[in-house]
Formats: sequence, structure tokens, C-alpha cells
Amino acid sequence: MSKMHVKLTVNGKAVEALAEPRTLLIHFLREELGITGPHIGCESSHCGACTVDMGGRSVKACTMFVAQANGAEITTVEGLAAADGTLHPLQEAFREHHGLQCGYCTPGMITRAYRLLQENPSPTEAEVRFGLAGNLCRCTGYQNIVKAVLAAAPVMQAQKEAAE
Amino acid sequence: MNEMIPPAGDRAAALKGLGSSRKRVEDVRFTQGKGAYVDDIKLKDMVFGDFVRSPYAHARVVSVNKEAALAVPGVIAVLTAEDLAPLGLHWMPTLAGDRQMVLADGKVLYQGQEVAFVVAENRYACADAIELVEVDYEALPVVTDPFKALEPDAPVLREDLAGKTEGAHGPRRHHNHIFLWEQGDRAATEAVIDGADVVAEERIHYHRTHPCPLETCGCVASMDKITGKLTLWGTFQAPHAVRTVASLISGIAEHNIRVISPDIGGGFGNKVGVYPGYVCSIVASIVTGRPVKWVEDRMDNLMTTAFARDYWMDGRIAATKDGRITGLWCHVTADHGGFDACADPTKFPAGFFNICTGSYDIPVAYVGVDGVYTNKAPGGVAYRCSFRVTEAAYFIERMVDILAIKLGMDPVELRLKNFIRKDQFPYHSALGWEYDSGDYHTAMEQALAAVDYKGLRAEQAERLEAFKRGESRSLMGVGVAFFTEIVGAGPVKNCDILGLGMFDSCEIRIHPTGSAIARLGTISQGQGHATTFAQILASEIGIPADDITVEEGDTDTAPYGLGTYGSRSTPVAGAATAMAGRKIRAKAQMIAAYLLEVHDDDVEFDVDRFQIKGAPERFKTMKEIAFAAYNQAIPGLEPGLEAVSYYDPPNMTYPFGAYICVMDVDVDTGVCDVRRVYALDDCGTRINPMIIEGQVHGGLTEALAIAMGQEIAYDEDGNVTTGTLMDFFIPTAVETPHYETDHTVTPSPHHPIGAKGVGESPNVGGVPMFSNAVMDAFKPFGLTHAHMPHDHWRVWRIANGLGLHG
Ligand code: FES
Ligand code: FES
Repeated sequence: MSKMHVKLTVNGKAVEALAEPRTLLIHFLREELGITGPHIGCESSHCGACTVDMGGRSVKACTMFVAQANGAEITTVEGLAAADGTLHPLQEAFREHHGLQCGYCTPGMITRAYRLLQENPSPTEAEVRFGLAGNLCRCTGYQNIVKAVLAAAPVMQAQKEAAE
Repeated sequence: MNEMIPPAGDRAAALKGLGSSRKRVEDVRFTQGKGAYVDDIKLKDMVFGDFVRSPYAHARVVSVNKEAALAVPGVIAVLTAEDLAPLGLHWMPTLAGDRQMVLADGKVLYQGQEVAFVVAENRYACADAIELVEVDYEALPVVTDPFKALEPDAPVLREDLAGKTEGAHGPRRHHNHIFLWEQGDRAATEAVIDGADVVAEERIHYHRTHPCPLETCGCVASMDKITGKLTLWGTFQAPHAVRTVASLISGIAEHNIRVISPDIGGGFGNKVGVYPGYVCSIVASIVTGRPVKWVEDRMDNLMTTAFARDYWMDGRIAATKDGRITGLWCHVTADHGGFDACADPTKFPAGFFNICTGSYDIPVAYVGVDGVYTNKAPGGVAYRCSFRVTEAAYFIERMVDILAIKLGMDPVELRLKNFIRKDQFPYHSALGWEYDSGDYHTAMEQALAAVDYKGLRAEQAERLEAFKRGESRSLMGVGVAFFTEIVGAGPVKNCDILGLGMFDSCEIRIHPTGSAIARLGTISQGQGHATTFAQILASEIGIPADDITVEEGDTDTAPYGLGTYGSRSTPVAGAATAMAGRKIRAKAQMIAAYLLEVHDDDVEFDVDRFQIKGAPERFKTMKEIAFAAYNQAIPGLEPGLEAVSYYDPPNMTYPFGAYICVMDVDVDTGVCDVRRVYALDDCGTRINPMIIEGQVHGGLTEALAIAMGQEIAYDEDGNVTTGTLMDFFIPTAVETPHYETDHTVTPSPHHPIGAKGVGESPNVGGVPMFSNAVMDAFKPFGLTHAHMPHDHWRVWRIANGLGLHG
């Protein structure tokens, strides 16, 4: 199958590659770029393990062709920590509140929460639960994930205010 | 001097040992996307393999034409049973003593069965080629109902067993019959039931479901032609057992096989079995000389690897008029699918189902389980369960509720009346188990007080009146379950899998600078072993948990062990860890005595050091002792500080718990709103409360799923109708309620640190709790039992059947 030229920015780095147009974004990230944080749990938009942030929206990378992401800016869980290695408040909060067990849903979950807390900087518990409904977790029962996201919200707010 | 020594309490806290809610060491990697799961593995020249699967549930495979598939650019090979036959690998042994086709050998027995294995340069070429493999099928009559499968003229499923009247577990009485497993005293039980004041009788179905971890099963097989070494990475809950089985079936010497379980994205029993994908990947790597990766997709996962449950349980429970249970009888029709691939200890073809007398002092009981072949996928794994304990707990907890209705008693009162009393432990059950310890009354009373049980019943009565007056369309249900688990398989004298005793192991090396590495035969799938096993060790040897690395999952380095499932890691490997730690401590004591120039008996262990008895200011810390082990020539002692322990548990452990939930059931929509869940667990000594609570939240959520909607369903033609996450219910954060957790602590008397294991308890207790709540809501209208799962449609139908829709 003929290949097309794709150009995108992933975690702040410009990327160029040749790919079959039918290549799914998740396979491109994982297999071409070696970015294995986003996982595959269903390949059918249900589980959210593959969630990445694209142009300011949460996107399920298993249900998108890399061709559709041409020119986009993508952030994955690997791009959340600060350049000096300081963990993102969400990463800290997930550890602090035991928001993960096997860790398989975690990259997608954190990436989704990262966007959710920008859409709604001080959500209620119900809003967090609703906002994460596209991401499944089989291990935690969500309780500690919700706790972690609620705990990270004010920290992210404070960081934002400090930066402004 | 004395005041210089930090108090023992402070020193103990610094160790982060037993009882500490230590943060998990695993999380630093996982939160940054640095986990290393099997699909993350990328090797030079690696190729992909995937299956052509049968669309039929029962059919003859007349021919397979590979030509068009082989012409696809990038396709390297297409393997069929014919290709595997010369190696003797077209069939493989199952864990249950049966055998299973690796690739369809003349026929298929369930939808999704593996027919051919395509190997290609990348997964896209592989998918293209799969579409082009032409398989000619001749459909055969399908049987998906285990009762119909046992009718005299039922289609013959396993032609390979023709004429075999004896199976791995005794006589077979029909061509689709696998075994009959009986426990207890049938005649005595039937006599009690015949003469009883009150008998409740019910058929209870624990439907077929699936563990569905978020990561599916997969592997990478790499055969190095030059060294003759096979390396197999995979989603294995029992890497050593996989190595032994791989050696036995492939003929490759065991020392030439290295099995590695990398990070595992949840297991819940799904990753215990041996699947055709593993075998085909190994063969393909041998044939092509290249590493081969196989990762199933979600549909493959739900349709083929490892279903759970599917037990039809016919029960009778007898009692006196005043509610003393006098006998329990149960017959199970167990649907095992096309092959008997249940993952149970060899001598237990129905697992530990004979724990079905539960938490009650029942004088006499009988259980018979008939295993049956049907045109469904094989599996029968312990989905967050210790070998059919979930089925047993569901059965008894439903039967007790049904009996309570018959007696006109409150279900809690009936339970309290029949609990095994604290002074009866160790308790010998009528079906042959020796319960190690328990205090059921205390746990139940604590639970009742916590939820204000009386208040709940009063509220329920008011709500019922409002409903009857037409002021409300919703009913309130209170679900109570009290479970006893049996975990920690198990004593080698009666527990083995394929002849491998179910002990487990730990090897510890203390480094000269006082840090350590511990290696175990288990493998974490999210349970946090790297965190908790270090805590056990920290308390045993006085080295901070933060200075101890825990390593699992590599058969080249870890001591032999039977893996992680059935809540066995803490009871078995946790015990091995403590015992190995004690060996270290014993040697450390001798070193300390030498350094302090006293007799061995004159020093005693104190948190992180050995001190002279009566003179605590004279001591040697474990750090100092470790260094001495490597730099001093101590008469009579070998240098170094290492130990290994293989722990064969003397008995199982018996965790228990009291669970209560409150539900509002909308009779017009069938929607059940779970508004309160309280879970009290007694898992003996608590190693890490934070992790225990996390396990409970997760297990309760899986229980909620199973009770309220999750199911592997088939239509009459054997088509799987719940093969995607669209139809297979997994609760999101929205459907999942908030959980209240609580505990009592009744240590196991035979476990070195008194721990019992917890991972599965919430699933065992949770399913009957949720199910009982639904039944309880409809009880005033005459409902005694309805089959799970209680999805909206089925609950609506209950309401409709009871005439609640006017
Ligand atoms: S893998 Fe993308 S949603 Fe499941
Ligand atoms: S932590 Fe395992 S799926 Fe979420």
C-alpha cells in the first residue's frame, strides 16, 4: 500500500514519517515512534486506554487514522512531567491516592483528567465521574482515581495562577 | 547513651513494614507511561501472528486454502493443524487433564475457535491475509445448553473421545459428559432433607462471564537458532508453570526456555491458562527464525480465552421451624464448553466448590458436580476467585436468603443463628475443609451497627407503603452477604496443577551495604507486590522497605513458584517471604553475637538491630551486620547473607466478611441505583491498608458488573452476542458507587504473619450482596429468586411478571 507523508508534533517534538494512510494513530505512536504510554484495550473507542490529547481535546487514538492527525499537536502521558522531571500534579496525585493498580488504564486516565481539569478546573465528584466515563478501569473501582483527580485540581489551579 | 537510641516505634515506622500504608513503588513508572507490558516489546526483525477464527460454533473443517493469503505482500506463513501435526502440537494438554486443539483438527467446537495462524511482517498485512484464508466449513448441529447436551440423542461434540468411558476425573456416562465429582454424604443429607421441618429448594444459575482485564492476553516468542534458547514474554500469571508446560509439550529442554512475565495489565484469572496463541507463536518463531508477537484483540479475548462460572446449581436447604439449618444438598450442571480447560488444582475438577456450606455450621451436606461439553469456548477460570469459591458463596448466600423467606425470618437473624461460633475454630466442615480461624458474629454485628440495619429496614417498610399508596415507583432493597473464602492454594499434599505442587517461594540476598533484593515465584498484575512483599520483609529483617527491591516474573532468576491467582500470593509467597526473612535473621543473630562477643542466645532482635538482652545500648544494626557478613571471617559461618524458602502451606486460609448494600429499584425502567455499599473484610493481618482498600474497591466493582449486567451470552446457533465492550458490561466511573470499607482482624493461626489474602474477597461477597438486594426489593411481592445478571431489561421483566406495571 502506498505511503503518505505525515508531520505532527508529539510532546513538543516535531515528527515526520511515512505511513500507510490507514495506519491508526495509536499504532503510529506506539510502533513508529516508540511512545508506548498510551495503551490498547479494545481498539473500538470503549476503554480509553489509548487516550491522548490532540489540539486541546481528549482523543481516542485507536479510532483515528494518523492521516487525520496530520499537522496536529499531540500530548501523551510521556509529555506531562516538567522538563526537569518534576511529575505533573495528576501523576503525583494518582500515586498519593492509590489511583492505579495494574497501571494499564493509567496513561489514558491521567491524560483524560489533564484535559478535564482544564475544561472544568474545580469539578464536583459527580463531574469528575462523568468526565472520566470514557475511560475504563478494571482494577481500582474508580474511587481512588476520582479522589486523585479532585486532589490534583487545586494544585493545577495554583500552578496556573503562579504562572500567570 | 540510652536516650540516643530512637524509640522502637520510630524505628519501626521508618521501616515502612507491616501495617504501613506505604505508597507504591510501581507507580513512578506507571504514571509516566513507563510500564513495560507485552505489547510494548519490540525486538529486531519481530513479526506478527494472528488467527483465522471459526464463525461457526460447530462445524467440520473441510478444507483450508492458504494461497491468496500467502500472496499478500509481507505475509510469511500460514499455519494450520496439518503443519503442527508432525510436531505433535496440533493439540495440547489442558490444565484440567483434557486436551484442546491448538488449531482446528477436522472440526471446530465453538465460535471463534482458532483455525489457522497467519504470520506477517506487520499487523496490517496479517489482518489483510486473515480475510483471504479460505476455509470451507460444513455446519453441524449446535448445542449450547448443558442440559440438552446430556440428552441421549445430543450431537457428539468430542469425536476424539469416542468410546472413552473414563476421563481424567473418573467415569463419563454420556458422550458429552466430562466427570461427576461428589463430596459429602449423599444418603445422610437426603435423609435429613426428607425429614426436615422446612426445606427451601431453588435452581440458581451463576451465568457465564469473563475476567476481561484491560490488557488482553499476548506473548512474544523468540527462538534463538544459534543458542537453541527460547525466550517467551507473555501475560502469564504463572510463568514457571508456563515454562514447564512449554517444555513438556514442545520437547525443548526446560533449561533452554526462559519465560518472562513483564508488567501485566490486570489478570483476574484470564492469564492463568495456556492458549493456542502461545503455542502458535513459539512454533512460528521456530519456523521463521524470527521473534513472533501475538496479542489478541478484545473480541478474541471475550470470545475465546477464559470464560468464568457458568454453573447451574440445584439446591435444597433444610432447617428446623425455628431456623436452625440441618442440611444442604447441591447438584451442579457445569458448562465447560468445547474442551475442559478449567484452571483448577488437579484433584479438584470443580475447584473448591465444596466450600459451599459457607459461614454456617451445617451438620451434613452433599455436593455433586457434573461437567458437560457444549459448543462454547473453553476456560472455566477463577475470575477474581479462588477456584469456584464465587459460585459456592453465591449459591449459599442465595439459599440462605430463600430459606429466610420460607421461614418468615429476617435474613440477618437466620445468619446469626447459624454462624460457626468463634469457639468452634478450627472448624471441620461437612464437606471436608478445616476452617483456620474466624469470628463471624463480631464482624456481622459491627456491620449491622455501621449501616444501622434496623433503621434501613424501617426505611424500607416506609418506602414500600409509599409505593403501595402509589406515591412512588421505586422499591428499596437491602442486600446482605456474609462470605467465607478459601484461598492460598495450597498444601502440596492435595493441591497441584499438572503434578506441580502449589507451594511458592522467595529468595533473598542482602547486599553488603544493607540493602536487599527479594525474588519470588509469583507475579503482580496490579496487586502491588513490589510494595507489599518488601513490607513483610522489612518487618522480618529490619531493613527499610525502601531499601528492598522485589523482583518477579523471570524464570531465569526467580525461584520456582506457582504464580499469582486464587488470592494465593500473600498466603503462600507472603509466607515464603517471611520464612526466608527468618532464615536471614537467624544468621544475622549469630553474626551479631560474634561482633558483640557474646553467646547467640544473649542477643535479641529489636526492630532493626540485634541488641544484648538487658543492655539495649549494646547493639548491631542490620546494616552493620550485613556488612560484617561480607567482610569478616566469622568462625563456623559461611560468608554472605542470603536465604531461600519454599513454603508449602499447612492449610488454606479462610478470609471472611460482612457486606451490606442498599439499592433503589425503579420498577418502570428496571434501573437499580446502588446508593450505599458497606464492606467489612477480615483478611487476617493487614500488610498495607491502602492496598487492601484498593483491592476491595476493585473487587466490588467487578462484582457489581457481574451481578448487574456482565455476561458472555450465546444465541441458539452458538453465536457470541456479547463479544465487544458495547455489549459486555464494564461499569464506568458513573455507574460505580462510592464504597465504605471496614475491617476486623482475625489472624490465620498457621500463617507466619497471620495474613489471609484479600484480592478476591470483594468479588466473592459482592455478587451475592448485589443480587440479594435486587431480590430483597421484590420480596414483598412474592419473588424468591431470579437469575443474574440483573440488567435493566431483566429487572423490568421481574417487575412485569409480578404485575407491578398495572
Ligand atoms: S483502545 Fe482506544 S478506546 Fe480502547
Ligand atoms: S489500574 Fe488496572 S485497569 Fe486501571
